[in-house]
Amino acid sequence: MIGGILSLELLISALRMSVPLTFASLGGVFSERGGVVNIALEGIMLVGAFGAVVGTYFTNNPWIGLLTAMSFGFLIALIHAVVSISFRINQIISGTALNIMATGLTTFLSRLIFKAAGSSPHIEGMVQWRFPGTNWQISPLIVIMFAVIIISQIVIFKTRYGLRLRACGENPYAADSLGVNVIKMRYSGVLISGVLGGLGGAFLSLEHARVFVEGMTTGRGFIALAGMIFGRWTPLGSFSACFLFGLAEALRMRLEGFGIPTQFIQMIPYIVTMCVLVGVVGRAVAPAYDGIPFEK
Amino acid sequence: MAEYILETRGITKHFPGVLANDNVEIKIRQGEIHSIIGENGAGKTTLMNIIYGLIRPDRGEIFYRGKKVEISSPSIAIRLGIGMVHQHFMLVPPFTAWENIILGKEVIKNGVLDKDSVCSELKRLMDSYGLSVPLEERVEDLSVGIRQKVELIKLLYRGAELLILDEPTALLVPQEIEELFEILDNLKKQGKTVIFISHKLKEVLRISDRITVMRRGKVVGELEREEANEETLARLMIGKTLESPQLEVYERGEEVLRLEGISLPPKLRNINLSLYKGEILGLAGIEGNGQKELLEIITGLLRPEKGRIFYKNREVQHLDPKSLRELGIGFIPEDRQTTGLILDFTVAENIILGRHDKEPYSIRGKLNLPTIKKTAVDIVKDYDIRASSVDKHVRFLSGGNQQKVILGREFYFEPEVLIASQPTRGLDIGATEMIHNLLLSARRRGMAILLYSSDLDEIMTLSDRVAVIYNGEIVGILSPREIDEATLGLYMTGVRKD
Amino acid sequence: MIRRILISILAPLLAVLLAFSVGAIVMYILGENPFYVYKILLINSVTNINGWGYVLFNATPLIFSGLAVALAFKGGLFNIGVEGQLYIGAFACAWFGITFNVHPVIGIPIGLLFAMIFGGLWGVIAGYLKARFGAHEVIITIMLNFIAMALTNYLVNNPFKEPGQINPIPQTKELFSGSIIPRVYPLFNKFGVSLSSSVPLNYTFFIAIVFCVIVWYFLERTKWGYEIKAVGLNPKASRYGGINPSHIMILVMFLSGALGGLAGVNDVMGYRYRFLDGFSRGTGFTGIAVALLGKNNPIGIVFASILFGILDRGALAMDVFTNTPRELIRVIQAIIIIFVAIGNEFIFRLLQRLERESE
Repeated sequence: MIGGILSLELLISALRMSVPLTFASLGGVFSERGGVVNIALEGIMLVGAFGAVVGTYFTNNPWIGLLTAMSFGFLIALIHAVVSISFRINQIISGTALNIMATGLTTFLSRLIFKAAGSSPHIEGMVQWRFPGTNWQISPLIVIMFAVIIISQIVIFKTRYGLRLRACGENPYAADSLGVNVIKMRYSGVLISGVLGGLGGAFLSLEHARVFVEGMTTGRGFIALAGMIFGRWTPLGSFSACFLFGLAEALRMRLEGFGIPTQFIQMIPYIVTMCVLVGVVGRAVAPAYDGIPFEK
Repeated sequence: MAEYILETRGITKHFPGVLANDNVEIKIRQGEIHSIIGENGAGKTTLMNIIYGLIRPDRGEIFYRGKKVEISSPSIAIRLGIGMVHQHFMLVPPFTAWENIILGKEVIKNGVLDKDSVCSELKRLMDSYGLSVPLEERVEDLSVGIRQKVELIKLLYRGAELLILDEPTALLVPQEIEELFEILDNLKKQGKTVIFISHKLKEVLRISDRITVMRRGKVVGELEREEANEETLARLMIGKTLESPQLEVYERGEEVLRLEGISLPPKLRNINLSLYKGEILGLAGIEGNGQKELLEIITGLLRPEKGRIFYKNREVQHLDPKSLRELGIGFIPEDRQTTGLILDFTVAENIILGRHDKEPYSIRGKLNLPTIKKTAVDIVKDYDIRASSVDKHVRFLSGGNQQKVILGREFYFEPEVLIASQPTRGLDIGATEMIHNLLLSARRRGMAILLYSSDLDEIMTLSDRVAVIYNGEIVGILSPREIDEATLGLYMTGVRKD
Repeated sequence: MIRRILISILAPLLAVLLAFSVGAIVMYILGENPFYVYKILLINSVTNINGWGYVLFNATPLIFSGLAVALAFKGGLFNIGVEGQLYIGAFACAWFGITFNVHPVIGIPIGLLFAMIFGGLWGVIAGYLKARFGAHEVIITIMLNFIAMALTNYLVNNPFKEPGQINPIPQTKELFSGSIIPRVYPLFNKFGVSLSSSVPLNYTFFIAIVFCVIVWYFLERTKWGYEIKAVGLNPKASRYGGINPSHIMILVMFLSGALGGLAGVNDVMGYRYRFLDGFSRGTGFTGIAVALLGKNNPIGIVFASILFGILDRGALAMDVFTNTPRELIRVIQAIIIIFVAIGNEFIFRLLQRLERESE
């Protein structure tokens, strides 16, 4: 009985831990299905986390914070799109530069706005939604996440937009020859990934921490990309993979206080990610033109 | 009513260093099959890409149904009713046939793709033109011939009235070519206009109503079918008549390479082949029948699951490319730009590739630059490679000169066996002729050459014997003197088997 | 030829100028006088000999991390894990230095070797996983960064924590004198150049320059360098040429990791004489900017490192004397990367056009 409750708690905790990863991972799916590798997701999540706090701090309304997070993520993604799609710069270089920029920018702005480098003041979290007639509460962001997963799955595999987006990632020249605007499609994929990555970051600061801390994403953008690969570039698969990572993180938190040095516990998500990446190989095939600039 | 469905006036297009189209004027009549011929690099594909909106011309005008049109993108061409099947298919391999066909012109119901109504519409369309493809299968699982039909249906689905086919027969076997021609005749009967791009005279004469000949970016002739024959066309195309190389009588030398029971399921089954000194053994087969794997096994890139390879009675199937090269086996890989050369290396650096770690090119790990340079200069001179210096990156060389760098590299060390895969693909007639002569003179010196080519003409003219591979098996070893291309095609499609 | 070199240098210069202009606009919006801020930045770095001392001191680890990134680039790999290799290398040489008390003639080389070997082994993990399983080296090296930081954090907090330490940031005890790389001010003073004894510039800088020469020679004049470049440019053709790309990947990541490990030496053996937790603060990532700006060329890397050394030094002054937070420099760094990449791409296309037309 107790074991059952404990494991339910564990699952809920895993779900909560998986939310930021899932959002970013879905973002990765949109970007890479269109053919653009987006390792800037780490930085996008960071500005998202920062934006959520800034928006909430000034308006006391976490929903405005959420909007701010999405628009910050959008802006970073826009730079990535301009640099890697229009200027055809190596997408890894662009992403790396944006990750560096995001760490600098968030700390810079944090010092300007909050007059403190390390972290922001605490902010109001989101009001949890209550299941009617029960005491059960759930974060609105989790509800939004499930909606986004389902919508993404349909959009990518069942709609005109999805067909065209995937065509741009698999063979942009074929898409181009049929009058599909490859540049536009790729932009849209990257920009959607910016919005979703921003949401993922927002969950970190609005729900987990209620504060912005310098560099608080700690590699989650990359873990999300590993989740996307493990999930074979599909929304449902990515969610499953991210849930697994969430489980690892939830277990990690349980292990604290068992006498194991915290540093080793901290390593767990990174080691799990590496194992997943190594184990997945050969089975997961990226879109054929993923990472390759399109040039007429 | 305009007599011409399409007319171009003064189309001119420069690429860096090349005048691809020079004041090109063509006139296509409504409802005809019009061939445009010329050798590689004559500017045919550039012209078609301009008409299809993929490339913008520097100058010139296009008239469609008598009206001047600006075709700045494929969507405009499609809207006008122009469709194009590219030489390299424009398909999305993991998509199904129907997804490929509707891409860019999707049918939507309740916000999602309406597969049912699309498929029934496509079935109607296929019936009316006598074409049929499996709509639910992924294109990557379909044969080349079927993929081409998918491309044709793509155009018809978009209501194309003018169909441009760029070298559509390049990858087909004779039987498939005949089938394609029947489809084209059928399209013509239904009122469609077809532009047929080719450099193969026989095909052009078989299918066309009219023929336009291009050479070096210019139109050099416009003929009715009745006025044309192979000789006139060839003279227009290259400015002289072409002589096919004559093979001297072939005397079988000693065996140098022997394959025994090579198997790599499911790609290859029990391959037995011998290669003798002083012969060219042609390997013919439709893409995807195991020849790629077979060549990779012989060159040491793949390991067979079963079977042995003997090089002068020494077992070599376990050796890597480097050791094989040291023993005296040279390779001309299929794709010079991706496997033959390192484009951003200089000519000299490319020439030592594979021997870079051997004396005299490197001594105890240190590169011996003067010797490297000397070898490179020798090869550049011997093979007449047009490069301003051996320190030039090969990226900047023409295709023919790039291929000469590879041949020079392989021949310099006089291998006893040469494995040549598609050595003339994409080269113009001049360069092709030169490569052929190099292969023939190597044969004369006693080199044993295994030649794989998708160009059956090349196989038929150069080979002493032709081995045909079908579905991972050698189905026949034929003498090109005793068979014609159609018979070869029967073997290649698995209809006949020895 | 001269025209080509000029064009090649133009792109990085323009990129840097543009990035600074963006920085200036940001400052202007914040109500600062950009000229004043940049003046402060320069006055404290390049207008006096001590400032230069600090600049070169800052440049030292950047040269190593830039070389590490560049070498990997040449082999076709993205080593974003220099930060982690740096920590591992730094801790390895620190461990040697606090454990063995030997003569400097042995102690310094072995200390360097420790940094190289352990940094190299840390890099090889990614190389091996890529070669054997095709695992994406970018994500793997990033994960390894976090693991390396956690690992050294554990080591310096637990088994190797200096007993009775007062410093709030955990650190090891001090190195024995045999593993200490001396500072350069006595040498300068001997030649009449007055360099303050507080300037931490030490001989590691010259070791870095020597490594630039070694890396250049290795890449341009040896068969291993040839093979690395071949695989980096075209692994498929390299296989045909008898080169095993998997082996090369592992070799490249070892060497790149070794250079990354050396990036930790300046602080441990040449400055603090101990391992301080989290001392690097992004040197490994700046290496990416350095390599890109220096076009993966050792001479270029030295100049790029000096530029970033100036920025680091100036950032400190900016913090003290202006209202512009120093993190703006990080943002400028990122902008430089982007502009340089765009500039290089542009120049590459231009040169290609020129070459084609001259052919």
